[in-house]
Amino acid sequence: MSEKLADWTSGAEAIVYQHCAACGVRQYFRRSFCAACGAPDVEDKRASGAGTVYATSLVCRAATPETRAHVPYNILLVDAAEGFRMMAHGDNDLAIGDKVTARFKQFAGRLVPYFEKVK
Amino acid sequence: MSYITGVGLTPYGKHEGSSSLDLMSMAAAQAVVDAELTRSEIDGVLCGYSTVSPHIMLATVFAEHFGIRPSYAHAVQVGGATGLAMTMLAHHLVDAGVAKHVLVVSGENRLTGQSRDASIQALAQVGHPDYEVSLGPTIPAYYGLVASRYMHEYGLTQEDLAEFAVLMRAHACTHPGAQFHEPITVADVMASKPVAMPLKLLDCCPVSDGGAAFIVSREPTGAAAIRVRGCAQAHTHQHLTAAPALSELGAEISIAKAKAASGLAIPDVRYAAVYDSFTITLAMLLEDLGLAKRGEAAARVRSGYFSRDGEVPLNTHGGLLSYGHCGVGGAMAHLVETHLQMTGRAGNRQVRDASISLLHGDGGVLSSHVSMFLERVR
Repeated sequence: MSEKLADWTSGAEAIVYQHCAACGVRQYFRRSFCAACGAPDVEDKRASGAGTVYATSLVCRAATPETRAHVPYNILLVDAAEGFRMMAHGDNDLAIGDKVTARFKQFAGRLVPYFEKVK
Repeated sequence: MSYITGVGLTPYGKHEGSSSLDLMSMAAAQAVVDAELTRSEIDGVLCGYSTVSPHIMLATVFAEHFGIRPSYAHAVQVGGATGLAMTMLAHHLVDAGVAKHVLVVSGENRLTGQSRDASIQALAQVGHPDYEVSLGPTIPAYYGLVASRYMHEYGLTQEDLAEFAVLMRAHACTHPGAQFHEPITVADVMASKPVAMPLKLLDCCPVSDGGAAFIVSREPTGAAAIRVRGCAQAHTHQHLTAAPALSELGAEISIAKAKAASGLAIPDVRYAAVYDSFTITLAMLLEDLGLAKRGEAAARVRSGYFSRDGEVPLNTHGGLLSYGHCGVGGAMAHLVETHLQMTGRAGNRQVRDASISLLHGDGGVLSSHVSMFLERVR
């Protein structure tokens, strides 16, 4: 079993994905096996934070007091340079196809990945 | 072989003081009478879920409340696709001889039984608990993401999406049970409050109270006979982050399998009942199903193709967008309306010909799909 890396879902400033040596697939949601081929040994890898915007939605109506304080906030799907897709936050003026890079930001009491356009 | 032999539907909107069980019972009682059966003849029960009153055994809670002792009963959970998934299961159950008359029922006091925030919050939990929900998305945000990508790839505009809201409202205006009866225009949709861009308030279905039910039987019980001709499912993912490309979504898979199971093709379809939680949902599903070419569904709405007197009338009760959405019952109203149309009982909404109908349901974020063809055989 390879070393488990901490990521933003546990409060660390990192985006982590898993790589399967057996079939080459990269997966974002952490598991103890490869969802494509079933191989038991997937390796945690730290992503560079570079990516391309795949989709955006500016949230203007939130459902909890904590998230309402941040309205409007832009939710993104980003295709990471390493070959996996992830959901994150980002600048409100981002458009599909923009090249972006990640930093981290506090949102409703949690650390979340936040993408900005590459200058 | 299986037949839809009876249907029941409450008005959608506010049912102050009614519980989920009350709404289920109202619809179920109507469906039993409509099928010309007695309660004791119901030997199977399939029910959806209630976010207001969750229970680990809702089907038997309901059966006891309603006063029946079925030989087969359980709940089913496939999000918005639950109604059609239950119908598909009921079809197979009666076909296999497990039951003779399966009651499919759902109802929820989702509007008056909890706050809107609680509804939105409960539904957002279809997202991934670690990788999505912590980002504060809502169901409209998940579909807003899908909409932004679909518009980008196929050239749809927000005005195009608005056409679907206008059409559903026009249809709801002719149904006394619909939640909304005020006509709206594309300009009204465009001017409505932003929710999760590009989706605005009138691009989104409401939260409603309501109940719906139908009976699936091995043989017809009345003069008309509405047969399940063929159906199929597809499940490609749960979470939007893990969804395949737009060209590989489940609707295309399930419709291909349903066409093969029924021996029917899209040109055979005379009436369509398609899931419409958001305007983008309806636009995409119509195009995925082949009821319009890519990027051309809005043009078909404008030309009257999906209107009551058009080539393929669509959701003539007003759909989720304007009849209302009470959870599982929401999309079951589509099947109730289809049955009324197919049996010539839709009154002032009656279409010329609904002899072959296509129904499609979607659960999650385009995660789970059920396609079904119904045919009138007498």
